[in-house]
This record gives sequence, structure tokens and C-alpha cells, in this order.
Amino acid sequence: MLRWTQAALSRRSLLLGGGAATIGATTICASKTVAQEGHGDHGAPATVQMSGTTPSQHSAHGAMITVGTVDSDRNGFHPTEILTDWYTGTVTDLPDGRKLRTFEITAEDKEIEIAPGVMFPAWTYNGRVPGPALRATEGERLRIIFRNFGSHPHSMHFHGIHSARMDGVPGAGVIAPGDEFVYEFDARPFGCHLYHCHALPLARHLHKGMYGLFVVDPDPARHPDHQDVAKSRLLGSPENAEWQELAMIMNAFDTNFDGENEFYACNTIAHCYAKEPIRIEKDRPVRIYLVNITEFDPINSFHLHGNFFDYFDQGTTLTPTLRMVDLIMQCQAQRGLLEFTYREHEAGLYMFHAHQSEFTELGWMGMFDVVETLS
Amino acid sequence: MNENPRNFPPVSTTAPGPRHLLWLVLPLIVLVAAALWLLQGDQLRGFNNGAPPVENLTVERTVLDEDGLRLQVRAGSSEPMTIAQVQVDSAYWQFRQEPSGAISRGDTAWVAIPFPWVLGEAHKVTFVTNTGATFDHEIPVAVPTSKVSGGGLASQALLGAFVGILPVAIGLLCYPALRGAGRNAMTFLLAMTVGLLAFLLVDTMIEALELANEAAPVFQGAVMVVLVAAASFLALVAIGRRHGGSPTGLALATYIAIGIGLHNFGEGLAIGAAFAAGAAGLGTFLVLGFALHNITEGIGIAAPILNIRPKIVHFLGLAMLAGGPAVLGIWLGSLAVAPHWTAIALAVGAGAIAQVIVEVTALVAKGHDARGDYTRMLNSAAFGGLAAGLAFMYVTAMLVKI
Ligand SMILES: [Cu+2]
Repeated sequence: MLRWTQAALSRRSLLLGGGAATIGATTICASKTVAQEGHGDHGAPATVQMSGTTPSQHSAHGAMITVGTVDSDRNGFHPTEILTDWYTGTVTDLPDGRKLRTFEITAEDKEIEIAPGVMFPAWTYNGRVPGPALRATEGERLRIIFRNFGSHPHSMHFHGIHSARMDGVPGAGVIAPGDEFVYEFDARPFGCHLYHCHALPLARHLHKGMYGLFVVDPDPARHPDHQDVAKSRLLGSPENAEWQELAMIMNAFDTNFDGENEFYACNTIAHCYAKEPIRIEKDRPVRIYLVNITEFDPINSFHLHGNFFDYFDQGTTLTPTLRMVDLIMQCQAQRGLLEFTYREHEAGLYMFHAHQSEFTELGWMGMFDVVETLS
Repeated sequence: MNENPRNFPPVSTTAPGPRHLLWLVLPLIVLVAAALWLLQGDQLRGFNNGAPPVENLTVERTVLDEDGLRLQVRAGSSEPMTIAQVQVDSAYWQFRQEPSGAISRGDTAWVAIPFPWVLGEAHKVTFVTNTGATFDHEIPVAVPTSKVSGGGLASQALLGAFVGILPVAIGLLCYPALRGAGRNAMTFLLAMTVGLLAFLLVDTMIEALELANEAAPVFQGAVMVVLVAAASFLALVAIGRRHGGSPTGLALATYIAIGIGLHNFGEGLAIGAAFAAGAAGLGTFLVLGFALHNITEGIGIAAPILNIRPKIVHFLGLAMLAGGPAVLGIWLGSLAVAPHWTAIALAVGAGAIAQVIVEVTALVAKGHDARGDYTRMLNSAAFGGLAAGLAFMYVTAMLVKI
């Protein structure tokens, strides 16, 4: 006899006819921020002010944000440092006059904090997610010494040009725990690539965190028509020093293993650049090396507020493949370069985020803090 | 050899002494020692395979107001569990937990979210724990949770009186007409009472079990309902028969009223909960159907007192006893009571109804002569009454089914 009350709940036309609702929900003020204080052992309350010179970035997102802060020291990597932390390996000379660049990578099981208070049993390259951002120059010989200290077979599959034996797939570079494998190939083509584990099951190894940037800078000598552009991309050159370059990997985490992501992010930590905006010097152009490695969703996207950018799909060209856009989308493993400047803008906070609003609201949202000069 | 067990000598012929007490203490000492060994030596460590703790979170109360959402959650995990983040409609929101920190097994906490909910629409709250496990809670229709106010309580009382007290009173109004009933008519009426009570018993138990399913697992839903129902049944039987023999006349009518009253209390809770969830515009046909459905209850209460001459105050008392709890139920239910309390209330009601079924059946069986014989329950008048009671309840229940 009591069933009707439950059944009635799904019949709004019947229910709301009564008009008992006198308090409008619209009276709720979205800007009212309520923070959970002293969240676990994370200490800091959520409404911590990151930048003293600018208004609270939280006003841009109200109370819709994760609560608390992530312990980056315990994680062993900091999202802000990841942005500019290029791993260039060690360079030696080969008998034929070419350069040999050697990287050392280990696979490790590691529990990391992907959002304040949320631990994730990750599989990592060099103890971080994403793995180290490898950077080489076109034409070099690359040697990657890969050791598996994890509990499962792993590999490094590089996007780029290499032989079948170096593919990092089962039978060609997937190694058991405790083993070592050396991948060797030439750095080509130039561009913004990635590497990831190709052990099976593939989706599990990917969403557990085994991926990273693999950037091959163009050799200016090989591109006489666009030498300036090539020089500006070559890490260590004076032309390159003028740019502010950022390494960004769009990723996500399925924490309850239901095949859907609970957290979306750029560089792993949900809302990290919303809580700690990325400082951008107004007069220096910005170049973002962007990779989408989001598992379980077919595409991800990058939208910039208050500005437009040139886009170089896969980074394999020296002229833009898209000009003057403020939104690009990438399929999983798609990547590219974004180039833009805030030279004509007033200083302030400029948002960037996925333009799938669901991803934004689940953590993939950040801020550029455009300042006159970096102090 | 005499194998008859009745001829066995007693086990012991000596009086209980200190030595016997020792045999009570010794097992206790062994138990404590075993428990200490298990805990001190950390013997269970070998079973720890590194798997994360099993977590469980139940939302018991949901309050929507101008500050957003407030939810009372109960933890049911193997270890204290921590709510790390909270989503509303797949978006992370700031929240405040009171008390903050990890929630121990069986404990509750309030989570307040400053979420601008939308009137009349559905929302989903997702709790993410520090292990990444998620627990969803649906708000099917968002409406402000009713607050205690004089006007509100009065109008709820009016509705409670309409679906609870009024139908019972109408049923009791048939009393003068029923008084002249012969033996067969009496049997028919009492059997009809059994029939309607049987319907209520099944209905109440099903509702109690469904609510128990929504309650936190620590309460062990179905077991709790069955135990509470059995306990209230036995307690009421014991109270009813404390002077020996089954209750008759005014006493039996009172027990029937109590049983029906507890059922109506459960009904009231459900209506109140519907108020809390926004079902304020209860369809008129639903309320009328409810009232019609409950009229039979009044006839059932009147049946055992047809041979005596109760005072008018007795009728008033019986009507209040059977119908009044509906008002109390609506008041409590509108304050969003946790499901396990509702389940317990319904289980008590089921036990009370079972007691009345037994006692009324006993009365029918006894009839007007002293020869107690349950085959009397199978004569045509009794069988017809039973069927009529069940059929009437079943058909009128259709009115309130959606
Ligand atoms: Cu792997």
C-alpha cells in the first residue's frame, strides 16, 4: 500500500502540482564557498589563496572545485614543475660523428594522490605520472634503457619511426618484472610525440599511468626554408629561450574501475592549475606540447579563454596546420603544438580547459596567470 | 531395560556448588584467552593480501534548503573510511563534513554541499573515498525539505486524520447496524477482519523489508525486520494473555486497534516521506482511495464488541488508537527519518497485526460455545468473511497503486 509514494516520486507532474515548494532554489548563491577545513592530513583548507596579486581564481569556478590540496612531496612530483621538466638524457659522440642520446627509465608500482585525499594505485615511469618528458633532436641516435621494477610486464612503445624489433609490443620489447630492455632507433620525425606501455591488457596499462611526452626537436640545418621556426623549437638555442614552453598531458583516472573516469586532469592532478595558476610572462610567446592520453573517452579537447592560437597537428610541420583557433580536439594519442601570446592582453587570470563541460567539472580546468614579468 | 526417557534419572543429584561455577568461568577464560591471542599476536596479518578495505556508505537523510544540500551518511566499512571528494551531477563541489575526518564503522556524519539545486529536477550526489571508491545517491525530485511549522503540522494532521482516523470512525459507525447480527454474521465479520489483517500483514512486511534494504547494511535489514516483528508479536501475545486465555470483547478490539494503528503509523511515515520528497500535491483520488481502503479497518475493530455495550468514549478511544498514529507518522516522516527507523516501525506493526490475527482467529474458533475448535474457521460464513476481507483490501489497494 505504501508503494505509491515511491512510484509517485518519478511523476513530477503529479507532485509539483501541489506547489508546496515555496523556497526557490535560485536563492542559493553559487559564489558561497564552503571549504572542508583540515582535510585529513592535507592540512591546508581548500580556499587557500595561491596568488596574492590577483583576485581569487576560485571566483571563476565558485564552489565547484575539489576540496583540499595534494601532497606533491609524497607523490614525488609537482604538477607545476612537470610543465618545464624536460628529460634530455646523456649525450655522447658516436664514431660516425652523430650524437647518441641515452635515457634511463624504470617502471614502478606507486600509489599516487591524484586529487586531494584520493589515492590511486598507479603504474609509473620513473615514479611519476605522466612519465618523464623525453626531448631529443632530429637525427640523433636514441638509446632508452628500460628496466621493469613493477609487478607486471611492461614496455615502452614510441610513436615515431623505428624497426619492428623496437616496437615495444608483446614479442618485441615487452619485458617481465625484473628484466631490462634497450630500445634503439633514430630520432625522427621531428614533432610532438608520445610513448606508452603496450603490454596487455592495453587499456589497463594506459589508465594506470604508463605514458609520457616524446618530443623530437627539428634540426635547423635540415630545414633551410623555415630555419627560424626550427631554431625556436630547438631546446637550448637562444631563439628557444625566448619562448615559454609547457609540457601538458591530458589524462584521466578511473578510480573505481567501472570503465568511466572519476577524475580528469592536465598532468594528473585534478584542478591543479586552477588552484596554482601557471605564471605566464606577458611578453614571451607560449608554446604548449599537448598530448591526449585520456582512456575511456574517445576525444578530449583544449580551449583557451580570451585568446586564439596556431596549432601544429602532431608537431611534424613547421607551419601551422590550423590558424587562429581557440579550440582543438584530440583523439586518444593525438597530440600537437599550440602557439600563442598574451602580448596585447592585460594581466590577469585566463582560464583553459576541456570544452567537454563534464571533463571540466571533473577536474580538467586550469588558469594562466598572465603577469608583466616573472619575478 | 526401560528405554522410556522419562524414566532416566536426573543428570545430577548434587546441589550446585563452587565447583559447578568453575565450569561456567572456565569457558569464558578460554574465550578471552583465544581472543587475546588473536589480537596480540596479530595472527590475522597473514590474511592481509594488500587489498583495499571493503567500503560502504549509506545516505540516510537528505535535506535541501537555501544553503544547498545536506546529507547524513553512515559508514559500513571494515575500517574507518574517509570521504575525499564529493560530486554533484558529475562535478566536484566544495563540501563541509561534520564531524570531519574518517568515519568509523557504523558512525554517521553530515555532509553539506553549497550546491544550487534546481527545483523539480533530479540530482545525483557521488561520494569519492580516499581509495577512489564511489557511492551514488539519487535525489529524484529536488524540492525544499519541509521545516517544522505550526501551519504545516496542522495541515499534515488534517491529512493524517482524513486517511487514518476518519475511515476507522466511519467503519465504527456501522456498529449499531451490526449489533443485530446473528451468529453466522458475527463469524463472517470476524473472519473478514482476519482477512483484511492478513492483507495488511503481507503488505506491511513487504514494505518493511524494502525499507530495510535501503538502510545501512550494518543493520542487517531483513533479519532485523523479522526479529523485530517476531519480538513484538510475542510481547503482545504475552501481554494480551497475561490473565490467561485469549483476549475478547473490548480488550480484543483494543488490540486490533493497536495493530491497525501501528500499520497506519507506517503509512503515515510513508506519506510524510513523500511530503519531504516533494509529493505535496497528493492526488485527491489517492487520498480518497486510502480512506476507502481503511474503512474496513473500523468494521474489523467493531466486530469483537458487538455483544457488549461499550461507552461512546470507548469508540472514540478505539478510533484514535487505530487512526491517530497516521498523524504522528506523517509528522515524523516529513522530517526525513532514516530508513531503518521506518523499517523498525513497520516491523513492530507487522508483529502487532500477526498477534491480532491469532487472537481473532481464536475468537472465531471458540464461537459462542466453549468448545475451541479451529475447524470452525473453515465453515462457509468464516471462509466467506476471510475471502471478503482479503478481496476488499486487495481491490481498494488498487486505488492507491500507481
Ligand atoms: Cu605496462
